[in-house]
Amino acid sequence: MLVIDTSTPAVTAGVVDVASGVVLAARATVDARAHAEVLTPSIAAALAEAGIDRRDLTAVVAGAGPGPFTGLRVGLVTAAALADALRIPAYPVCSLDAIAAAAGPGRTLVASDARRREVYWASYAGGRRRSDPDVSRPGDLAGRLPELGCTAMAGAGAALYADVLGLPVVAPAYPPVGALAGLATARVLERAPPEALTPIYLRRPDAAPQAMR
Amino acid sequence: MGEGPLVLGIETSCDETGVGVVRGEVLLADAVASSVESHARYGGVVPEVAARAHLEAMVPTMHRALDESGVALDDVDAIAVTVGPGLAGALLVGVAAGKAYAFAAGKPLYGVNHLAAHVAVDVVEHGTLPAPCVALLVSGGHTHLLHVREVAGGIEELGSTLDDAAGEAFDKVGRLLGLQFPGGPHLDVAARAGNPAAIAFPRGLTGPRDAPYDFSFSGLKTAVGRWVAACERAGHEVPVADVAASFQEAVADVLTAKAVRACRDVGVADLILAGGVAANSRVHALARERCDGAGIRLRVPRPRLCTDNGAMIAALGARMVTTGVPPAGLGVRTDPGLPVTGMAPAGR
Ligand SMILES: [Zn+2]
Repeated sequence: MLVIDTSTPAVTAGVVDVASGVVLAARATVDARAHAEVLTPSIAAALAEAGIDRRDLTAVVAGAGPGPFTGLRVGLVTAAALADALRIPAYPVCSLDAIAAAAGPGRTLVASDARRREVYWASYAGGRRRSDPDVSRPGDLAGRLPELGCTAMAGAGAALYADVLGLPVVAPAYPPVGALAGLATARVLERAPPEALTPIYLRRPDAAPQAMR
Repeated sequence: MGEGPLVLGIETSCDETGVGVVRGEVLLADAVASSVESHARYGGVVPEVAARAHLEAMVPTMHRALDESGVALDDVDAIAVTVGPGLAGALLVGVAAGKAYAFAAGKPLYGVNHLAAHVAVDVVEHGTLPAPCVALLVSGGHTHLLHVREVAGGIEELGSTLDDAAGEAFDKVGRLLGLQFPGGPHLDVAARAGNPAAIAFPRGLTGPRDAPYDFSFSGLKTAVGRWVAACERAGHEVPVADVAASFQEAVADVLTAKAVRACRDVGVADLILAGGVAANSRVHALARERCDGAGIRLRVPRPRLCTDNGAMIAALGARMVTTGVPPAGLGVRTDPGLPVTGMAPAGR
């Protein structure tokens, strides 16, 4: 399967063998302004490295965020278009879940950079997400940490606001290809119906109109 | 007919998600999904609302275009996509989709200039563009007078607006008169019941020493605002139809006078009127009248093709294939500020 995530500055593409879970190729280019420029060339390079023809792909798995909107959409529209053109199913996964899965089964806070001095976050225990992803100021989130009972934190947002949040930072910073794939493996194996790649926005659009037609 | 490259075009520069299919100069499909109604309550296009709508509409619009054309993705010779100018986040959705479809189908990807495509689309209506010709491109974001030797890479700008675009003036005056967004089409309708000579609004940059091919509409917009305010202060009901007709007449007068003059000065006998404002009935009619008087052949695409759509991107893409412009490749970037004479920015 092909794996894509653009919910963070790491433009991520990889190829994973569904049956074994082995990551055949993975690329992550950290550049918050180049998602659309880099992604499809990265996909092409990952497929070449894995020695897989695009027509032999069986599914596309895409991180649905939460993440900054513009980059997130690039990954989701790319995944949707590839799945459409190759006539294979696409499945969304929560990008924070992938970071948590890679961080391990402890009581973990996962936070990614939401820009505007906020983080997208969710808390995990025993490998399960304990509530829907949310967007908060690091200071407000720090105030909730005692109640959440987390003992470590992962994600680039956690590292960025480590001084405010105060928990030990563990890897990974960005959603890894293998973890993203793992979240969808069951659906791919049982040939579950394809799902809409709906972005997890968590914020309403800024309503400042701009004329241009 | 029925010859030339088979090209699929994707357009997402503003609030229309468009996918079109063209074979050479023949239109096979023109599917458009518009988010204009989502923007109406804001009184203008909201970039983030537009970008969200593009993501939702992309695959369904692609299917409609392929169904309408009876063409399979595997059959096309190339995929063309708007790389600019336009709203940054909106452009990225189309370009990402264009790259994915091109890669999946194994087709070359062409990066298209949205403004040149407004001119190029006329080939599907009236056949090969006369070369050279003059084009007056008027839309919500742009007002340009162009000397077109070759629409795929041989455009020279004669002049442009120094402030507001013509369509922007329509939107602003429409708002002033309490008309719905977008102002252009609603103002066109309101003006039909009015007297275009009722109020003598100013014609910007038409003095003997002014730049002959440049435009200015902000003074006109201000004059309309002052006139309406004075009317309200005096306790009179604003004669919306007369104000609309007189404003529209001032815009049409300046646009068409300068376009006809450009044709004469440059020595060409063909004028293409393109862009959303070309769909305005008075701009179209006055252009026709003045071109007839000056012995200039006027070409105007049907209104549906004047506003943003994917067919125009496919049409220019097909011309780029025909004239040997190299494909942009999967690394191509967007350029929200791409000039009318600009080509697709290559990837790094
Ligand atoms: Zn346009």
